[in-house]
Amino acid sequence: MTTTRRDFLTAAAATAGAAMTPDLAHGHEHDHPHEHDHEHQVVPSDPALRVKALESLLVEKGLVDRAALDALVDTYENKIGPRNGARVVARAWADPAYKARLLADANDAMADFGFVSRQGDRMVVVENTPAVHNLIVCTLCSCYPWPVLGLPPVWYKSAPYRSRSVIDPRGVLREFGVELADNVEVRVWDSTAELRYMVLPERPAGTERLSEEQLAALVTRDSMVGVAKVAATSEGQR
Amino acid sequence: MNGIHDMGGMQDMGAIEHEKNEPVFHAAWESRVFAMFLAAGAWRKWNLDAFRHTREVLPPADYLQLSYYEQWFSGLRDLLVRRGLVTAAEMESGKPAPGTAKATPPLTADKIPATLPNRLHAQRDVPVRPRFQPGQQVRARNINPVGHTRLPRYARGKSGTIHRDHGVFVFPDTNAHFLGENPQHVYSVCFTARELWGAQSAEKDCVYVDMWDDYLDPA
Repeated sequence: MTTTRRDFLTAAAATAGAAMTPDLAHGHEHDHPHEHDHEHQVVPSDPALRVKALESLLVEKGLVDRAALDALVDTYENKIGPRNGARVVARAWADPAYKARLLADANDAMADFGFVSRQGDRMVVVENTPAVHNLIVCTLCSCYPWPVLGLPPVWYKSAPYRSRSVIDPRGVLREFGVELADNVEVRVWDSTAELRYMVLPERPAGTERLSEEQLAALVTRDSMVGVAKVAATSEGQR
Repeated sequence: MNGIHDMGGMQDMGAIEHEKNEPVFHAAWESRVFAMFLAAGAWRKWNLDAFRHTREVLPPADYLQLSYYEQWFSGLRDLLVRRGLVTAAEMESGKPAPGTAKATPPLTADKIPATLPNRLHAQRDVPVRPRFQPGQQVRARNINPVGHTRLPRYARGKSGTIHRDHGVFVFPDTNAHFLGENPQHVYSVCFTARELWGAQSAEKDCVYVDMWDDYLDPA
């Protein structure tokens, strides 16, 4: 699978030099027709060079601070990710009162960990049970609960997932290895507004004696998007 | 607009390619585009709706071909010029116009922790009367605006039930075009899968779509 994606990225990068010329980048509302004539202009085709050039320009103009860019990258590469969500899930499994708060007001409950603020962007948690399975998608773009899951994986932002999740959620789940019985109700949450959804997965059987920390180690990113169940052991999780 | 981005319900887009142990970014330049977008966004010269629209107006073939952060890069360049932070000439040359004063970046590293919880900045604490109540039957309007909208095609004309009132949020259809925030209630609306897709869907399945007041009529 990785190879296929890589091939696609390579192909995309090869065309990006042409596709990302400024005429395209300026969009349809720009009214400088002369700028659309770039056929003979030499532009670096390598996205890395083009991005570097823009960063230099923005830093030189004082529009962005390079240390802030570094800190933002570090934040999303190392500090904010699915481990945040896993801690929330583990506490909800361990503490029924916390779970009730989480389902009633996710911001309030997540703020206990400092992942979100009580007055900040709205989070919603939906609970999987033996009778109900929830699945999160953003059909229109890539909305995803950054504070608890970090940045979305490529598949979540991809056309196959975005297109099919709403019309064939059971088929999508089967592709992820989750087979649901006919009597389970599937609820798909299309993130069309500025609400961010996270699934509270079912607690696996046989985990009654585990600590909150041990429970958190079992919780996967995919289970909090709703494309996987949580297993009682952390083997083979993703 | 009825663009390629509005892909809910399309079929034959291929298999979902799940990468094991996927890195947050696949190349350093992706992380720089990401960070530049957030840092430049701190000027508040645009909003997320406007940014989304820059991607929606990509020609469909480009939209499908470009990688995610290539789309972002394209949108960022578009907004920087259109909203006056960078001139087209500066974008071409990569150099600040001679004689321009250096600005002071609004986002510095120390401000990041306080900024991120309000990144979306879309909810408004203003008194607006809700047009609908939980439990009420509604029908999504059949509208086909040429600008930005967050009403997916698959839901238009379909009837559903108000599940929950999320409160008051800025309205993307005007906000994306800098035509005002037009704050109004957003509801979670439950559509049965059969209402959306017909008998092929399982009887109990449903799709919840978040919808603004202006997307809905009483059923």
